[in-house]
Amino acid sequence: MGLENKLVDSLPEILTVQLDAVVNWARKSSLWPATFGLACCAIEMMNTVSARNDLSRFGAETFRASPRQADVMIVSGRVARKMAPVVRRIYDQMPEPKWVISMGACATSGGVFDNYAIVQGVDKIVPVDIYVPGCPPRPEMLIHGIMMLQDKIMKERMRDRRDVPTAEARDSISLGTMPVTLGTQLEEDSARTGVTRPYTIASRHERRRSS
Amino acid sequence: MAETLETQQNSVTAPLVEIADALKKQNSGWLAEVKDALGEVTLIVPNAFIVDVCWFLKTRYQFDFLSDICGGDRGVEEDPRFEVNYHLFSTKTYYRLRLKVLLSEDAVHIPTVTNIWRTANWHERETYDMFGVIFDGHPDLRRILLPSDFDGHALRKDYPLRGFEPYSLS
Repeated sequence: MGLENKLVDSLPEILTVQLDAVVNWARKSSLWPATFGLACCAIEMMNTVSARNDLSRFGAETFRASPRQADVMIVSGRVARKMAPVVRRIYDQMPEPKWVISMGACATSGGVFDNYAIVQGVDKIVPVDIYVPGCPPRPEMLIHGIMMLQDKIMKERMRDRRDVPTAEARDSISLGTMPVTLGTQLEEDSARTGVTRPYTIASRHERRRSS
Repeated sequence: MAETLETQQNSVTAPLVEIADALKKQNSGWLAEVKDALGEVTLIVPNAFIVDVCWFLKTRYQFDFLSDICGGDRGVEEDPRFEVNYHLFSTKTYYRLRLKVLLSEDAVHIPTVTNIWRTANWHERETYDMFGVIFDGHPDLRRILLPSDFDGHALRKDYPLRGFEPYSLS
């Protein structure tokens, strides 16, 4: 092609760039979501990768069946209280770098389900990067959310995304409850009062969330 | 017109009323009340006799299918407050029959019917889960729908919609 010829002629063989810029550019260009649908928003999420909307234009079409190969978790739908430990486990199984998109009103705030059975916002159990409003959001809105996540990734620092080895979720979580991380106010309170507070954990990522 | 409707209803429920009469003849204490309304027959059974009545209906009248057990909370101030409904169906005669047991708040115990229909196992667990009705003799009475560490019984009228702390999360 003619463009390569022009580039070879006009550019030097070695370019100096910021490492963050290159790494973030690579990361944002192949955001692989986890195959993980919870409710009716999942139908719109499937539609997003269909031929009409074609999420692959933005490098995010490959839904991985294993969270260990995924980069972004799209929480598509209301999270039932019994589902909450499962959502958290999937998040814990994803390797760094990882991001979370809360899709729709229910995942963001519980939506119309203001009751004992539904977690009032998935940000109670995992740190959320992008909130996509709607009930359910149209595929265009989800694509916009993913593009905003790409913008956000471009502003990140690599050292903030180091993978810290932790205990496997399946070992550290007992059924129906969530562990409280060490050193938080909640941990101190529960140790003092003996009352465990399931599902209200401060994530290990929340402290350095700045972008 | 109204009369014809009524007679039609009666012809639909007539065999079921006969079954109720047979139950009464078998043991006069088995039925507290028989309700014949809207083409459905509801037998109100005292707590102590529910197993006997179910066994009799299954063996003599071919009610071989328990379609549902569900609980009900009539309100905090009501007495008896709770009810347990058994919906029976016969795959031979296609009759449907409802048994109802009323329970007061002080003694929410009822004998299990898992020995008669094995499907009652999960239905009774659900009723226990949502209403706190204790089924005596149940092989494995624990929660089935709500999380195992849930506090309270969600479908009771006095249960707050958003749940108790730490579950309310609001």
